[in-house]
Amino acid sequence: MRKFLLCCLFLLSGSALAQVHVLATVPEWGALAREIGGARVQVFEATHARQDPHRIEARPSLIARARSAQLLVATGADLEIGWLPILLRESGNRHIQPGQPGYLEAARYVQLRDVPQVVDRSMGDVHPDGDPHFHLDPRNIPPVAQVLAERLAQVDPQGAPVYRANLAGFLSRWDAALKRWEREGGGLRGIPVLQMHRSFSYLFHWLGMKGLGELEPKPGIEPSSGHLARIVQRQASEPARMVLRAAYQSDSAGRWVAERAGIPLVVLPYTVGGTAEARDLFGLFDDTLARLRGALQ
Amino acid sequence: MQKKMLWVALAWAFAQPATATPSGDVNTQLAEMQAQIAQMKAAYEARIAALEGKLAEAAKPGPGAAAVVPTNARSGAAAFNPEVSLILQGAYKERKKVAERQISGFWSPGHDHADDHDHGHDKRGFSLDHTELVFSANIDDTFRGQATLALLDDQVELEEAWFQTLGLGHGVGLKAGRFFSGIGYLNEQHPHQWDFYDQPLMYKALFGEHSYAQDGVQAKWVAPTDLFVELGAEFGRGQNFPGTERNSNGANSRALFARVGDDWGTSHSWRAGLSYLRTEARDRQAHMESGLTGDHVVAGFDGRSRVWLADFVYKWAPEGNPKYRNFKFQAEYFRRREDGRLSTADEDGVDLGVGNTPYASRQSGFYLQGVYQFTPNWRAGLRYDRLNSGRQDLGNNPADLETVDYRPRRSSVMVDYSWSEYSRLRLQLARDRSMQGVTDNQVTLQYIMSLGSHGAHKF
Repeated sequence: MRKFLLCCLFLLSGSALAQVHVLATVPEWGALAREIGGARVQVFEATHARQDPHRIEARPSLIARARSAQLLVATGADLEIGWLPILLRESGNRHIQPGQPGYLEAARYVQLRDVPQVVDRSMGDVHPDGDPHFHLDPRNIPPVAQVLAERLAQVDPQGAPVYRANLAGFLSRWDAALKRWEREGGGLRGIPVLQMHRSFSYLFHWLGMKGLGELEPKPGIEPSSGHLARIVQRQASEPARMVLRAAYQSDSAGRWVAERAGIPLVVLPYTVGGTAEARDLFGLFDDTLARLRGALQ
Repeated sequence: MQKKMLWVALAWAFAQPATATPSGDVNTQLAEMQAQIAQMKAAYEARIAALEGKLAEAAKPGPGAAAVVPTNARSGAAAFNPEVSLILQGAYKERKKVAERQISGFWSPGHDHADDHDHGHDKRGFSLDHTELVFSANIDDTFRGQATLALLDDQVELEEAWFQTLGLGHGVGLKAGRFFSGIGYLNEQHPHQWDFYDQPLMYKALFGEHSYAQDGVQAKWVAPTDLFVELGAEFGRGQNFPGTERNSNGANSRALFARVGDDWGTSHSWRAGLSYLRTEARDRQAHMESGLTGDHVVAGFDGRSRVWLADFVYKWAPEGNPKYRNFKFQAEYFRRREDGRLSTADEDGVDLGVGNTPYASRQSGFYLQGVYQFTPNWRAGLRYDRLNSGRQDLGNNPADLETVDYRPRRSSVMVDYSWSEYSRLRLQLARDRSMQGVTDNQVTLQYIMSLGSHGAHKF
């Protein structure tokens, strides 16, 4: 009871006092910061689900947000390489520089897949540290949640009990949801699929789906019609059951292949806010699974 | 990898006997071998799948593991190497043959160059432009450094060499060394970032072929507001045009700039700025016509030059996603006042003996441009340049120097294709009327290729 009151007090003082300003580079970490920080944090997301996180400009508005942020949550693994370094440098904000508690690079706390052996620009926009779209394996969320709670507690020591409590609550709900998703996603095991960009490799790995390749000839390079025609031809020998694209990716290439191959084009939210249903991290996976299962029927 | 090698070995083994045996046996042998291969393939695939499964199992973070430990960190000595990038630039150009290209009615910055070096930009036909070599890295947790070298034939120009602070706190950033001044919008950009082959006429008139570079210090401050507000000040040696080397203590160049910017909804963003640059010149030389001698004279300017610049940039990207389509509009305007005295000498440097002439000028100019990216690879752009040589007051003008009153202008259109962020080919057509009495219809085909770790560009 005392603890509860203390928590209430903290919550009250949190809303009365200045909130912790969190700058999340992508919506998934913004959503996670809201789960852990609750009312004590004010989250600004630098991108939304209909933006390609690889191709963002260091806009003046983002520099202004970086200036007053106390905690920066980034994906890392070079996902934001085209714009985040400029935000950090131009902001003049000491708290969010690499090495400070206010700088959190989520990729450093999970095991990345597809780390290339050889890195060469002829291979397209490769990520030398590995595939950065790891948030789509829900088992990667808890380690990031833990370190996020730790960092919030460092930046705002007064709120530490709140962050710990929120983390515990989140992890147990996540654990329950994970069991449910794995049960629901059982039917997707072994299903062969095509994807627009290599956005969903972690999702495939988690659900045991079989990625037959990307529509992009190389990461970040737009497919030509000849390339797409070859993919459609491959359907005869190696049929895919559906084509996947993220909400932010162009529709035309996926639609072209889907129509000719006679398979559904499935638009996945990819991140929080990508669809109306993907309102938070739970909604993201609920909706992703619902859409995948819907396409199978 | 293993699988690939196996296939290569099999293919080779398969090819050997097939060429040696008579065709009769080939079919039966083929069938046998195909069956064998299929068996082997199945066996290998099963083993590989099992191995992959084991690997994935090993890689999986344990449930609820308190592993708040970084798992990935770059290692090895190479991790500390600076980021290096090399930018290759060149062009094919068609231009009218003009003996001396200079903007009419404006003081030519070129004459002050002691070595009078030839820039690729003025060459006709095939030519190489500066090859830019950029090194940059964090020096430690407090500083970052960068050097930009421009290479052409036997020349190496140190365009920039500076260090800056990394997050000093409270929105303050300091930079020192040689750097492109923060005034205006385009000034901080290197040629490979330009949306057209050449810089706007106003930049050429204001600063010559280069951006305005300071040897000095810069302080910037970003306000703690949701609206982006940035204020900056610079103090420098001021040896570059419109200033000159003066061999003195203190700062011969002072600059101030202020910028504001924000988004309008998710698809629009903008930035506007106002800058001021003050420089001092001593014996800044230019060739002028004199009615007194009926010939060229060398005029030397002593005095100060004050420039005001206003800039505005607007960018549109549908839903903030610039990958497929985007539009960029930019415009800059300047006013320059120069006040001082002119000395006059003949071409051999002998003073004409008519005393100093007072000199005051009020000049202005602007450019407007828009660039539309209509597919991930293609962009097209339009630009209009206009300058006003304005009023040039020479008092009683004892040397009877002639001034030119002219409004230089130029229209340019460009289209470029980018295979990726790192390679670009551009065609530009322009009608250049920056030289009085000359209409130069220009064609330029240009390439920009970027090697290595290319840093991110500013807004």
